Amino acid sequence: MINLTINNKKVQAKEGMTILEAAKENNIIIPQLCYLEGVHQIGSCRICVVEVEGARTLQSSCMVKVREGMVVRTNTKKVREARKVIYELMLSDHPRNCLNCARSHDCEFQKLGELLQIEDFRFEGERSKTYIDDSSPSIVRDTSKCILCRRCVTVCNEIQGIGVMNAQNRGFKTVIGPPEDLPLNSVNCSNCGQCVMVCPVGALQEKSAVDKVWDALYDGKKRVVIQTAPAIRAALGEEFDYEPGNLVTGKMVQALRDIGFDDVFDTNFAADLTIMEEGTEFLTRVTDALKLKKETKLPMITSCSPGWIKYVEHAFPEKLGHLSTCKSPHMMLGALAKSFYADKVGVKPEDVYVVSVMPCTAKKYEITRPEMNSTGYPDVDAVLTTRELARMIKDAGIDFKTLGDSEFDNPLGLSTGAADIFATTGGVMEAALRTVYEIVTGREIPFDNLHVTPIVGFEKIKEAEVLIENPLPEYGFLDGVNVKVAVTSGLSGAKKLMEEIANGTSPYHFIEVMGCPGGCISGGGQPRPTNNYVREKRLQAIYKEDENKTIRKSHENPFIKKIYEDYLEKPLGHKSHKYLHTHYTKRGIFNEHLKDK
Amino acid sequence: MDNNQSKKCCCCEESDEQKYAKIEKVIEEYKGKEGCLIQILHYAQGIFGYLPLELQEFIAKKLDIPLSEVSGVVSFYSFFSTQPRGENTIRVCLGTACYVRGGKKIVDKLKEILDIDVGDTTKDRKFTLEVMRCIGACGLAPAISINDKVYKQVNPDKLNSILEEYY
Ligand code: SF4
Ligand code: SF4
Ligand code: FES
Ligand code: FES
Repeated sequence: MINLTINNKKVQAKEGMTILEAAKENNIIIPQLCYLEGVHQIGSCRICVVEVEGARTLQSSCMVKVREGMVVRTNTKKVREARKVIYELMLSDHPRNCLNCARSHDCEFQKLGELLQIEDFRFEGERSKTYIDDSSPSIVRDTSKCILCRRCVTVCNEIQGIGVMNAQNRGFKTVIGPPEDLPLNSVNCSNCGQCVMVCPVGALQEKSAVDKVWDALYDGKKRVVIQTAPAIRAALGEEFDYEPGNLVTGKMVQALRDIGFDDVFDTNFAADLTIMEEGTEFLTRVTDALKLKKETKLPMITSCSPGWIKYVEHAFPEKLGHLSTCKSPHMMLGALAKSFYADKVGVKPEDVYVVSVMPCTAKKYEITRPEMNSTGYPDVDAVLTTRELARMIKDAGIDFKTLGDSEFDNPLGLSTGAADIFATTGGVMEAALRTVYEIVTGREIPFDNLHVTPIVGFEKIKEAEVLIENPLPEYGFLDGVNVKVAVTSGLSGAKKLMEEIANGTSPYHFIEVMGCPGGCISGGGQPRPTNNYVREKRLQAIYKEDENKTIRKSHENPFIKKIYEDYLEKPLGHKSHKYLHTHYTKRGIFNEHLKDK
Repeated sequence: MDNNQSKKCCCCEESDEQKYAKIEKVIEEYKGKEGCLIQILHYAQGIFGYLPLELQEFIAKKLDIPLSEVSGVVSFYSFFSTQPRGENTIRVCLGTACYVRGGKKIVDKLKEILDIDVGDTTKDRKFTLEVMRCIGACGLAPAISINDKVYKQVNPDKLNSILEEYY
């Protein structure tokens, strides 16, 4: 322990802590702006300055480590004035049109202004040239609002391992963005939205679909179907001041009814369906490889995360054959809503309007992929993030906390616990193993409470081995095979696993990749902040939802069995191919594989 | 890009493939060393005369770093240029003395004659226009330089005849 003095208070701190962290630990708050715990700590804003005895200049407390006997003051005249001037200089090149900024309610820059009691604009100077880039279907960049904190740069480079954006130019002309101001839709952005998640201001935002959805609701001819991803129920409450980790499934469904959606379906249903399709696909590949000795691509990799898909199309265009051909669950459900369900209720596919509530910004891009139109119409018409849905609920005058519970509609609403855990890293793999193991051996997977513990949690790359013993006769060739699986979330981990595949050293049979660190529970469209604490709480909520279900294996979902009997026939069958599977596009890091680059 | 220019055969000039091969060798040599990006860019600009996006992409790919990092460095240092350079570089002094005595007017006039902005190169790749601080001819301001030659007490109306020398 290190002894130091902060504001005349003798305090202790762990070695290696920064002054800012030590102060916080001792309940002394130092104003900060660019610092983001565990993510961005490179000291780009200098708002957090403090006086350190013996140092000639003010020190950035988020950068400087504590030392024995250090004497720190966080509130001297000099510090307070400096902090204010730094803030006011930033403000002098900021548009200050907070009223029409979607971040107004939770803008970190605005909050800091309040804290520092900025009353007038002292500095008026030249304004930098700015632009709005709304070329991406997922993300809108407004450089006028950027305060150059560089959190997005850190996240995209370090956590996602992509580096779409960086500081360009210098001094007053500095812009945080892609090379040479290239539009975001023309570069290798995965649309994951992790940059949007950490941006403290309105410079990076999801492209809103709220108006489009209201228009569909007001259109008397449309049957408006909505579905919600598993991760929404574990996070939406945060937008209504619930503590992180509160499940609000029932209230959420009620709110959607009250807004006026005609059918409220659960993407979970399609998650169960995914397990049937993907599990069968996996077994087919394994049979091809081990029994029939046919050329096949192993490891097979999950394909539910459209940011991950786009990433791999850019970074490993030669390895697309390893991806499962399954569409992501909400696309499956959209396709079924416009075919199977439209038939059933006697509505033309073109009159069904499908909205997906997703924790994800990449899904906004996914629905624009030209191949996603199995009925001749887009499988899904609009994607709302969790944050956008919260805005709609508030705008509709719904008092969320007082709502009663409602249940999803059938036949596309019932789901098992296996589907719930799709929301978190490791969940898709666990759900798949629950089903695949049982298909192969006729027994339940031999893990406590069905949880494949080695792949639970937030470690970047996780591995598990499942030994197949005494399989059913049909799968006799698998006797004694040790099935190796890996799970990763966040694209820098995926890069590592893909490099192994490219080098031919990958030891795995099956890999799960989710584009966002921690999985969909921390997707780019989730409530802010999403930090480690919040992530953990959402994870616990998701596992709780799973454990509360009576049916926890996808293949036991009665409506899944029924939809195969009544409509799809069998996994990987003709109809499945038409509605539930897809193909991929070679892009290359610089889109060099696309003809009209 | 001006097509006639790029198609024109010139036996004494290296082909693009040869140039890229040279750069690749340098990349192999410097890769992983501290500050290697700047060294490589420096070398590449020496060979190509400028750093077009394709060349930056090539370097990014070979170094396995994001293009945004390469372009970030290129745009940070005014030494690097993403525009092709002209055969001749005109530098107009905007140091205090020259500024006071009409340096700005010279810039404007040159922009008009050459039909380009500061930092750009004419379509025929003849001239690149730049501005700079004091070139040490304050006594005879305003001054400009073309390549290594300094012109003093330049009168905007004389510019046309100065440029003639280079055609
Ligand atoms: S959306 Fe993801 S990939 Fe695209 S710039 Fe943001 S962090 Fe990078
Ligand atoms: S876009 Fe947002 S996160 Fe990125 S530097 Fe600007 S303010 Fe920071
Ligand atoms: S918060 Fe410390 S430098 Fe930005
Ligand atoms: S100011 Fe122009 S030469 Fe000195």
